[in-house]
Amino acid sequence: MAADIFTLGIDVGSTTSKCLILGNGEEIISSAIIPAGTGTSGPGRALEAALSEAMLSRQDIAAVTATGYGRNSFEGADYIVSELSCHAIGAHAMFPDAKTVIDIGGQDAKAISIENGKLGSFVMNDKCAAGTGRFLDVMARVLELDVSELAEKDAMAGRVIPISSTCTVFAESEVISQLSKNVDICDLVAGIHASVAVRTASLVRRLGLTPPLAMTGGVAQNAGIVRALSKELGEEISVSPLCQLAGAYGAAIHGFNKLKGRK
Amino acid sequence: MPDTVEKKSAKVKLRELQDKIAQDAWDAKNRGEKVGWCASNFPQEITTTMGIAVVYPENMGAAVGAKGGGQRMCEYAEGMGYSGDLCSYSRINFAYADLKKCEELEIPFPDFLLCCNNICNCMMKWYENLAIELDIPLLMIDIPHLTKEKCDPERIKYIRAQFDDCIRQLEEITGKKMDYDKLNEVMAVSQRSSKAWLRAVSYMSATPSPFSGFDIFNNMAVACVGRGTPEAAEAFEALADEYEELVKEGKSTFKGEEKYRVLFEGIACWSNLKFTYKALQSRGVNVTASIYGPAFSFLYGSMDELMAAYAYVPNSNCFEKEVSLRVIDARKNKVDGAVFHMNRSCKNWSGKLYEMERQFKEQTGVPTIVFDGDQSDPRAFSEAQYDTRVEALVEIMEQNKKEGK
Repeated sequence: MAADIFTLGIDVGSTTSKCLILGNGEEIISSAIIPAGTGTSGPGRALEAALSEAMLSRQDIAAVTATGYGRNSFEGADYIVSELSCHAIGAHAMFPDAKTVIDIGGQDAKAISIENGKLGSFVMNDKCAAGTGRFLDVMARVLELDVSELAEKDAMAGRVIPISSTCTVFAESEVISQLSKNVDICDLVAGIHASVAVRTASLVRRLGLTPPLAMTGGVAQNAGIVRALSKELGEEISVSPLCQLAGAYGAAIHGFNKLKGRK
Repeated sequence: MPDTVEKKSAKVKLRELQDKIAQDAWDAKNRGEKVGWCASNFPQEITTTMGIAVVYPENMGAAVGAKGGGQRMCEYAEGMGYSGDLCSYSRINFAYADLKKCEELEIPFPDFLLCCNNICNCMMKWYENLAIELDIPLLMIDIPHLTKEKCDPERIKYIRAQFDDCIRQLEEITGKKMDYDKLNEVMAVSQRSSKAWLRAVSYMSATPSPFSGFDIFNNMAVACVGRGTPEAAEAFEALADEYEELVKEGKSTFKGEEKYRVLFEGIACWSNLKFTYKALQSRGVNVTASIYGPAFSFLYGSMDELMAAYAYVPNSNCFEKEVSLRVIDARKNKVDGAVFHMNRSCKNWSGKLYEMERQFKEQTGVPTIVFDGDQSDPRAFSEAQYDTRVEALVEIMEQNKKEGK
């Protein structure tokens, strides 16, 4: 049966804008990811791209829910919800059994527990944004790689070269120093991933490690990080091709649930 | 929705009293009397009884932070060579000691220093440093950290011996004599103030609470420094009476509907006070529990109990007791969640915060958040990070209410 209620979720992140349109709260009609975050043309472009792909107009959307770092500055939202709730809802839709969700975004990392399909509790990175998506962007740039190439390099690593600095800038210096010693770049990538995994694993442990685990957010596309994190925690981690859209997905579901509640 | 009421006269009385205490110190200085800089949890009963004017660098640090000068003063101190990891109150004070001026607030320069390590360990080195830099005497009372619930007789004896020695030295420095009959009177007045303060904050258990929990941050200043004066006792009694009346009328100074009630743990982010308050208030979240309620009431009936009272203050008290105080307060005041301030200034407090949060959550079952900040250095605080945590906490509390938790 064709969908008659469309809800749209938009996750306005610090580095990327993600948009997803849902039909009747279940069917993914369209989605868009634009690598430009809040304060840029990214949110508007993501919205337009998702609408265009779905061949819908803004008037066809019954509810728009904004989430993410730039949620409050997105104009036209019917609902504004934290990315913690949206990732919990989105992850639950993707992995109904998951109890713990790890989301590494552009500027923060989160460990989220799911209770009854919703946000139960959470722990976020403190003090600074080390070990987040931005950290990996910086490292990839130093290595003259695209961030999408990191996983492939990691898979070819023979050993892990430890990166100990917490500070992104100091870690960058450490990587440069290793490069000048002509170490294998794959081993260096594995070390970068391990450093992110250790930081993220401590968040998960503080929350309480309750399997099954799932990972959302753009960084979950990096199989090297997922592998390092899985090894660090001693648990399997489920990942979906839609992981980067989890926040927008959860937002669209939230909008639908709100509409249902009104009825 | 409870009616919003204007600020009551007790608050004005407290503010005026705070100004008077500050002015008294300036007047004493101008008369040529010896004036001290004093740690906030130093037994004020001594100085009040002896009629010695003291001022509080910690209070100045909070006020400078609240008035927007924290970062400037901290950066100045860092330029002098002090580490940015030191407490921001100490950095503001080091900057002031060197600059001898501060556009937000000034306090008279000291002739001696009174330090007590029950609130903070950094403070010992802070005051030692001041004593050397300003070449003035430092009187230190060492209050051993409690490792169990009760302060034992050995500790009391140890504190009392220092107390007596401190009085003797203060008599030498200031030329003023201790009158032990008057000390008993001051102790009695302090008890009046403490009991009135406790009665005032006890009304937070009402629904709605008769006042915005952030008011505590302002009112506690007098509870901290001036509770030994009859004016303070009267002001706190007036405050308690006003809150009692508001409870009867179902009114509150909290603006808007009190949808959720939370415990706020830690010192306020003075430099970001408005933002931290608004993010909660705009979502209908009122603070109805804070350790500043029970912590700044010193109840005692004898000299020995007075000694023990200064060992029971936060950061000196045993950890399990500290957790239980918060749990009891949270239950009594019916909180739906808790906000923990990871105050980067205070290693003593932040070092135990995660474990405190874990035990609090385990014992109360309410959701909690931790946010990074600092008492007077705004560089440790991120508005977006704080707002996201608060928003998510509200979403969890909303869900819990729906599910009848």
